[in-house]
Amino acid sequence: MNFVRFAVRRVAEMAATLLGASFVVFGAMYLAPGNPASFLLSGRSASPEALAAINAQYHLDDPFFVRYLSWLGDIVQGDFGRSITYRTDVSRLLADRLPTTLLLVVMALAVVAVIGLVLGWIAAVRGGGTDSAILVGTTFAVGTPSFVAAVLLQGLFAVNLGWFPSSGSGEGFVDKVWHLTLPAIALALYLIGMLARVTRSAMVEALDSEHVTVARSRGVPESQVIRRHVFRNSLGTVLTTGGLIVSTLLVCTILVETAFSIGGVGQLLELSTTTKDFPTVQAISLIIVALFMTVNLVVDLLLPLVDPRITLGSRSSSV
Amino acid sequence: MTAVLTRRPGLAKIRTARSPLHLVCLGFVALVTAAALLAPWLVPYDPNAIDLGNALAGPSPEHLLGVDAAGRDTLSRLLLGARTSLLGPLGVVVFSTVAGVAVGMAAGWRGGWLDSVLSRSTELVFAFPGMLLAILIISVYGEGLLAPVIALSIAYLPYVSRLTRSLVLTERRRPYVSAYQVQGHSALQISLRHILPNIAPVVLAQSTINFGYALMDLAGLSFLGLGVPALTPDWGRMVFDGQTAIQHGYPLSAILPSAFIVLTVVAFNVVGERWADRVARRDR
Repeated sequence: MNFVRFAVRRVAEMAATLLGASFVVFGAMYLAPGNPASFLLSGRSASPEALAAINAQYHLDDPFFVRYLSWLGDIVQGDFGRSITYRTDVSRLLADRLPTTLLLVVMALAVVAVIGLVLGWIAAVRGGGTDSAILVGTTFAVGTPSFVAAVLLQGLFAVNLGWFPSSGSGEGFVDKVWHLTLPAIALALYLIGMLARVTRSAMVEALDSEHVTVARSRGVPESQVIRRHVFRNSLGTVLTTGGLIVSTLLVCTILVETAFSIGGVGQLLELSTTTKDFPTVQAISLIIVALFMTVNLVVDLLLPLVDPRITLGSRSSSV
Repeated sequence: MTAVLTRRPGLAKIRTARSPLHLVCLGFVALVTAAALLAPWLVPYDPNAIDLGNALAGPSPEHLLGVDAAGRDTLSRLLLGARTSLLGPLGVVVFSTVAGVAVGMAAGWRGGWLDSVLSRSTELVFAFPGMLLAILIISVYGEGLLAPVIALSIAYLPYVSRLTRSLVLTERRRPYVSAYQVQGHSALQISLRHILPNIAPVVLAQSTINFGYALMDLAGLSFLGLGVPALTPDWGRMVFDGQTAIQHGYPLSAILPSAFIVLTVVAFNVVGERWADRVARRDR
């Protein structure tokens, strides 16, 4: 089976890159001046117990590679070590905050997918003035950092108009969605612009192709031509941006959660960076990198199913 | 020519040809650059002079653009903020372009094991979003402008090096390269004196596009308080300070730096894309 061999190769490649990434995340600690123990404590009073805990987690008495491998072994088993600031397990901190962040990311992803695809579709099909208007709008969308969007949306819809709460993440599902609506829009804005652009140019390219002309000349209704022959053809290109979209969403939660003081993983990353809580920073960085690579892998495996013309693994790893 | 610019998705094919938008953007870039260069002579007030009695006052003849929540003059902070907000991305673009061209040329010219090592590490860097790499390095080195600039340079390097590599690969197949080789010119000499000028426009167009992204990333880091030191005026930090002003119903000191960030990024993107389109057309 060709597909199985391709899948195995891609999984192996991803594992290799992930191993490299874990090495970067681990090795970053050794860039700090001074010895690792004093860096990890960074000026905090070191009780013998705290020192012992750090020693146990990072195996500081062992040679470098033994340290790395035992650290990696713990992480594979889901043990991300103890947070220095919060004095609890990092995995507990993450488990408390992950649902909020995931809900935020999923909401933003839904907004991006729906509005981005629709805008791209309209721009490609309508052309003319609508196209130009959407083009100008998306030019500004891809130039707006998510934290700027967050602060402005918060000012307008939360403080001025009072339609939405201006901070916090709420209790219960409905209240949570209510609290996360503005953050999700702020998170989505940049990517809506990007996805609309990608969809538009892929569809314009497909509109130019000969099979579309043939379908039209045979009297296939225009709506069906657009749906079956133009949109479906451009779906492959759209799908390749999936990994980038997810990693951008995850990284920008740092900014948006901080702007709206939402107690999620993004805000935890910001807090642990300012308080130099390195085990937490390591854990979150690794998770973001791993999620990004997983999405890219899934896209790579899905691509031949969406677009049979694509030979396995032929897309560049760029997107 | 098979090499194509590695653009961020979605930015390809902005139709700016012959449009007034391009000229407006070019003008804006020039204006912001001039403001950054001349800021020390233009500012009416000390950007850090705190006047709490006058906090959150609107525009007046004394303070043309009003003051922020701590009573600091917004116009002065915007002008001086342009310096740090543009200097950071400039550093990122210069570092990543110089290093990226060196790496890409070595990979494209030598090929073999060097090429595969470099493309493996490119793969690895692509797995880290620029902002994440910057945060990782900041959490080791502490806040400041230098650590994020170096981190973002590393994150942006692969975009330049991969482009350079593919450009060098097509360029070295051209007859003039063999002609120089036959005449006994060294590889280094041919690369620097003949190939580099030929590929420079494409690489510089890519770097112009990178500038806008670097500005967004660095402004975000300043917003988080991880970028420039606390008292240095910076647009990203001004947006953060402006959040308090918004809560009190005076949004002006947040809107102005936001607008400057967005307009500058848009201007650099449009100028870079237009340049890229022109270069791509010429090569075909």
